[in-house]
Amino acid sequence: MSATTTAPTPGSTALPAFRPSLKVPVSLGVLALVALVFFGFLGSDKTAEMKISDAGDAVAVPALMIPGQVGGIVFGILLLAMAAYSIYLWTQGEKSPKWLPIAFAVVFVFALLVWIVAGARQPSISLAGLVAGSVTLAVPLVFGSLSGVLCERVGVVNIAIEGQLLGGAFTAALVATMTGSPYIGLIAAAAAGAVVSMVLAVFSIKYLVNQIIVGVVLNVLVSGLTGFLYGTLMVPNKEQFNTPGRLDILPIPLLSDIPIIGPILFEQSIAGYLMYIAVAVVWFGLFKTRWGLRVRAVGEHPQAADTLGINVNATRFWNVTLGGAIAGIGGAVFTLVTIDSFTKDISGGRGFIALAALIFGRWNPIGAFLASLLFGFAYNLQSILGIIGTPVPSQFMAMLPYLVTIFAVAGLVGKSRPPAASGIPYVKG
Amino acid sequence: MTSSSDGSAKDQRPEESTAEVRAADVALDTAGGALEPSIVPVSSQSGEPGHQQGNVMRRIVMGNGFVSVLAVIVALFLGGLLIASTDAQVAKTAGYLFARPSDFLTALWSAMTDSYVALFQGSVFNTRQGFAPLLETMTVATPLICAGLGVALAFRAGLFNIGAQGQIIISATLAAYAGFTWHLPFGLHLLLVIVMGVLGGAAWGAIVGILKARTGAHEVIVTIMLNYVALFLLDFLLNTAAFRRPGDNSPISPRLDESATYPVLIPGSRLHLGFLVAIALTYGVWWLLNRSTIGFEFRAVGANPVAARTAGVKVPRATIMVMAMAGALAAFGGVAQVAGTEKVLTGGVAAQIGFDSITVALLGRSTPWGTFFAGLLFGAFRAGAVQMQIQTGTPIDIVLVVQSLIVLFIAAPPLIRSIFRLEGKKKKKNKTPKAAPEAALANATGGAK
Repeated sequence: MSATTTAPTPGSTALPAFRPSLKVPVSLGVLALVALVFFGFLGSDKTAEMKISDAGDAVAVPALMIPGQVGGIVFGILLLAMAAYSIYLWTQGEKSPKWLPIAFAVVFVFALLVWIVAGARQPSISLAGLVAGSVTLAVPLVFGSLSGVLCERVGVVNIAIEGQLLGGAFTAALVATMTGSPYIGLIAAAAAGAVVSMVLAVFSIKYLVNQIIVGVVLNVLVSGLTGFLYGTLMVPNKEQFNTPGRLDILPIPLLSDIPIIGPILFEQSIAGYLMYIAVAVVWFGLFKTRWGLRVRAVGEHPQAADTLGINVNATRFWNVTLGGAIAGIGGAVFTLVTIDSFTKDISGGRGFIALAALIFGRWNPIGAFLASLLFGFAYNLQSILGIIGTPVPSQFMAMLPYLVTIFAVAGLVGKSRPPAASGIPYVKG
Repeated sequence: MTSSSDGSAKDQRPEESTAEVRAADVALDTAGGALEPSIVPVSSQSGEPGHQQGNVMRRIVMGNGFVSVLAVIVALFLGGLLIASTDAQVAKTAGYLFARPSDFLTALWSAMTDSYVALFQGSVFNTRQGFAPLLETMTVATPLICAGLGVALAFRAGLFNIGAQGQIIISATLAAYAGFTWHLPFGLHLLLVIVMGVLGGAAWGAIVGILKARTGAHEVIVTIMLNYVALFLLDFLLNTAAFRRPGDNSPISPRLDESATYPVLIPGSRLHLGFLVAIALTYGVWWLLNRSTIGFEFRAVGANPVAARTAGVKVPRATIMVMAMAGALAAFGGVAQVAGTEKVLTGGVAAQIGFDSITVALLGRSTPWGTFFAGLLFGAFRAGAVQMQIQTGTPIDIVLVVQSLIVLFIAAPPLIRSIFRLEGKKKKKNKTPKAAPEAALANATGGAK
């Protein structure tokens, strides 16, 4: 019986790979050499000061003083060692472990930072401020990319993250002003994001319109709609419609005094805490629960899921809606946390960075979270570069998330594979 | 009903693998007794536009013009309602709606129409300037048409070119650079400006094609990312000495040489030679797609890449060529901006053209001439919106709302059909062949629920 039911799988004829790909060792090697030459030998001989605690902090930690050139050479050699280890593993026919590229990236980014700071007019930077600022900037990105994860995992491409963020931002400002409570604004933002998502869901699932088209058009629609209402409602009556106030920062006593991680983890608004909860819940839900198994089944192989009695289109609809609600909360961060009013197109393309983070994070909530942090860091560094005055043009820092994503989808940095059924509408029969 | 399903089942046979898959699925469904077998053929009703199943590209391409017109009307109506909803007079009269409904209706009507009248006056004709606004519409439409053609061409080959924005930026940058640094004789200079811009746009597009063909990177992601890369690159360049005006710190380039710009066609307007170029390009794309071998290959790849490869089309080569050509077409839009309309390079040289061009191509159903007229329509929206904002205070953003609604409705013909339910039924009675797909469609949506 079992012999008759085992059908030959179409992919089984492929030869097993003898060697793992050379891409990772080679790219690590090239980057390490770049680091050694540019950050080390060509680096500035000034000393970079990295302040860890600020003057007013309860716990004072001395600043890190790293001489630019020596530091660059040390980091370069460290990076070369990692690349050499990767190449050694390759000659043994083994793949590089997963932690290696991540550790490499961390050291590389730090070396880059030292190089930039040492070369600046004012070679001093507050590490605590830098990290805290990066997290603040990353919050909407994390929410946005989580929305993308939820949608793509269930088989719907979500190009409309930008629209969901913008819709959330606008609604948060409007409702928070009209009700006088930023918390109600936050809930309304989630609802607005969900509504935008529902349009995406209805058009792509019921009317089978191409998901990318709906996404692109929704971004334009939300931009137009919020821009129009901003011009007709908010500009003439700012007091009445566009003074939402801010979500309170809720520091957790004692824990928030820990240097660097204290402000990041324990001195956030409710939206910041929600972000950590959302990442954990989405990760746990997707990979550890029955719901998540179903969601992933629908995203990978809807026919199979359908055969097993899962309602494919309903699963898709509710997941996409949930994703929109999460992105909506992310949008609220713009108008209730970062600044306290709405301006036209306030999301400024952050939805597309969230999309990039989701891809760079390989469709995994934790990965998307880390990628968002990295992109938030790039974003923050870009503004700090302008202040401390470096030779590196800030525009190249701004390009970084986008370039990294192109490398990621092109398979130069690891392999990014979307869920198999992502973007393909499902029709029973 | 049964006869139609028989007929379509026959149609199904020529289609290879997909038809088999469908047949297998259907066997499952009918076994469960959930669905009538009559929905089977829906997948093979490719000849009938705008239906469930089938290739999206095919639907974009082969939809009927009637739905487009209805979509424009519905979108304009909804946009009007939006304008009216924020109108003070409407709100006031709504307060005593039941006492004097006529007041409310008058206010509603004037709120809805005033803006559109202003839009029309700003884009086509008004008594003060005659048809001068129409020339402005054509000027604004020129880059939209060029970039729209690029998007449409890629659509036909099954590729989503979201990257017109980046392609415009790169081409405008290179064209402008050639225009203000080199000083060459009349004619030659303009030609070089065009060549530089088009090569830049083609290269920017080809990157996407190469990545797609070699590594399988999804073109949507790559184009979106390249848009931003181009934007920041331009921002960077405008802050270098090579691109800035001497003695000026603002990020704006010197004016292009007179010899580097498109000549103005009608004195007193901004309409330039670029518009004629756009017409020529439209014809060129039409010829390419419908009369040339390579265009046939593109369409084959768009319709079914697997079948195209079996038939001997080099799909990777076609992918790269399509994206390069799409980039080149968008590049003509960039050239039209710097060498025709603006005559300087600024950070906002591409405005929203690249994004608008996607909606232009969709409204034009990815046919060259459809794209041309869609570009004119959206050009009119853009040109008229300025006048509208001045006259009635309606924010320009309403244009974005109307544009996106139009595309949403066009992309979902069943939605438009259900809004105009009566017309759909009338048609059914008159033309029996159309009735079968309609019924199958209803069946399919019912089943999919």
